[in-house]
Amino acid sequence: MDISLQNIEYRYQANTPFERLAIKDVSIDIPTGTYVALIGHTGSGKSTVLQHLNALLLPTEGTVVIGNHEVKAKQKNKNLKQIRQKVGIVFQFPEHQLFEETVEKDIIFGPMNFGVSEREAKERARRALKQVGLTEEILEKSPFDLSGGQMRRVAIAGVLAMEPDCLVLDEPTAGLDPRGRKEIMDMFYSLHKERNLSTILVTHSMEDAAKYADQIVIMQQGRVVKQGTPLEIFSSVSELVDMGLDVPEVVRFQRSLEVKLGIKLGATYLSIEELSSAVAELLRGAPV
Amino acid sequence: MMEKMIIGRYVPAESLVHRLDPRSKLIIIFLFVCVIFLANNFLTYVLIGIYTFLMLGLSRIPVRFLYAGLKPVLWLVLFTLLLQVFFTKEGSLLYELGPIKIYEEGVRQGIFISMRFFFLILMTSLLTLTTTPIEITDGLETLLNPLKKVRFPVHEMALMMSISLRFIPTLMQETDKIMKAQIARGVDFSSGPVKERIKAVIPLLIPLFVSSFKRAEELAIAMEARGYRGGEGRTKYRLLSWKFADTLQLIILAVLTILLILLRS
Repeated sequence: MDISLQNIEYRYQANTPFERLAIKDVSIDIPTGTYVALIGHTGSGKSTVLQHLNALLLPTEGTVVIGNHEVKAKQKNKNLKQIRQKVGIVFQFPEHQLFEETVEKDIIFGPMNFGVSEREAKERARRALKQVGLTEEILEKSPFDLSGGQMRRVAIAGVLAMEPDCLVLDEPTAGLDPRGRKEIMDMFYSLHKERNLSTILVTHSMEDAAKYADQIVIMQQGRVVKQGTPLEIFSSVSELVDMGLDVPEVVRFQRSLEVKLGIKLGATYLSIEELSSAVAELLRGAPV
Repeated sequence: MMEKMIIGRYVPAESLVHRLDPRSKLIIIFLFVCVIFLANNFLTYVLIGIYTFLMLGLSRIPVRFLYAGLKPVLWLVLFTLLLQVFFTKEGSLLYELGPIKIYEEGVRQGIFISMRFFFLILMTSLLTLTTTPIEITDGLETLLNPLKKVRFPVHEMALMMSISLRFIPTLMQETDKIMKAQIARGVDFSSGPVKERIKAVIPLLIPLFVSSFKRAEELAIAMEARGYRGGEGRTKYRLLSWKFADTLQLIILAVLTILLILLRS
């Protein structure tokens, strides 16, 4: 499903003394099957952009196109529920949304709201649970008896069970241990590939952005300041540093290596494997 | 969604009302609530109205904002008006349509009572709009201090109040967040039959309760970790200062009271 944000602007609490411009003139295209990483400091407007992707916020200016639906500013918009079925959002700390008596009931809550039959929903719950790496025996437990990590996974399963065409992830692994973080990010990535989803990831981790994303969008003070592939973005390290943003460790290593040896490698490498083979090549070719 | 609610919210600004001592504001509001019951005819209500709007003007709170925030409460005022109009059976009959009879006294009472209600709401929201929660509790704590003699837990009360006021915005944010998360999962809060809508509140309330309890516990631990031991011997960073403007405000209110007593019928 193609998603496109066209020159959207959003003001919080318009026409009050608290009015605040959150984002301005933001245009992002997300064709089907693209993995987009949204990067920026806290308060740069990432979360606001994200909430436009399934019409939780309606733009005060501009147009949001989601599949065949168009959400325009200053218009009565109908059929928002259809949009929400297609776009699943995993919010920050999604475990806060758990409320049912059992894990199963909580996971089927979303699908049932969108009119999926109970049998089908329960099947989906089992599938989703497997995807997030949990076993079926917790289905009958109360979500409030689980550990923090398990709660997170159950909440994510609740979104996956809606089987959306587009996944929106707002720092889905914040506060998890490194292993859980990698497991969940890998799971989202394989799901993205398998089902040809469109995925939008808001993250502070440059490693994740470099590793998974096809496109990176950098936001600053409510505007998009840079867009491009990870290679394009991370090739200009100094620019990122000027914006106060991090670069992936691999890129940082390459830069300091280049400075130390006074050489230039031909390209920017985003994974350890690529960089190490490039360095090996270099060493074989020209002994330092 | 909850953005428009202004009850209990502080609007920072530089104004005469903002600068008043919270103690004088509290006293004024308390007295105003009593004094307003002196009004019982057209002239006295006009007087109260002038006073209220004068205070509003002095506070520099934008009227449009005030209106948007109080709109839900205005319905309540309207409801009071209708209740009085339809159910008071005194005075001469004004209008009759089948079983509905409207009496002169009903209309009079209705207008007066809803006006009184309206002014009360305006003045009390003016207090919270122009005074930070901390100022309010500080003021209240100092005003109630004599009650310590009869072992009334003044400090604890004030602390409870400031904590609850402090967490109103947090709770609102949290509500907004969970609401959005559940809307994304297909809950419809704003349409559908009443029964469905009431059911839709459950996925909102349970997470809110859970997180509130958690937060309360964390707050208690954090306070103990920082050595909180109650109000005994505790000094204050912000000291309240009673200025001439505060005395003047009280005098103005006193004049208003005297006028009301003279003019009421």
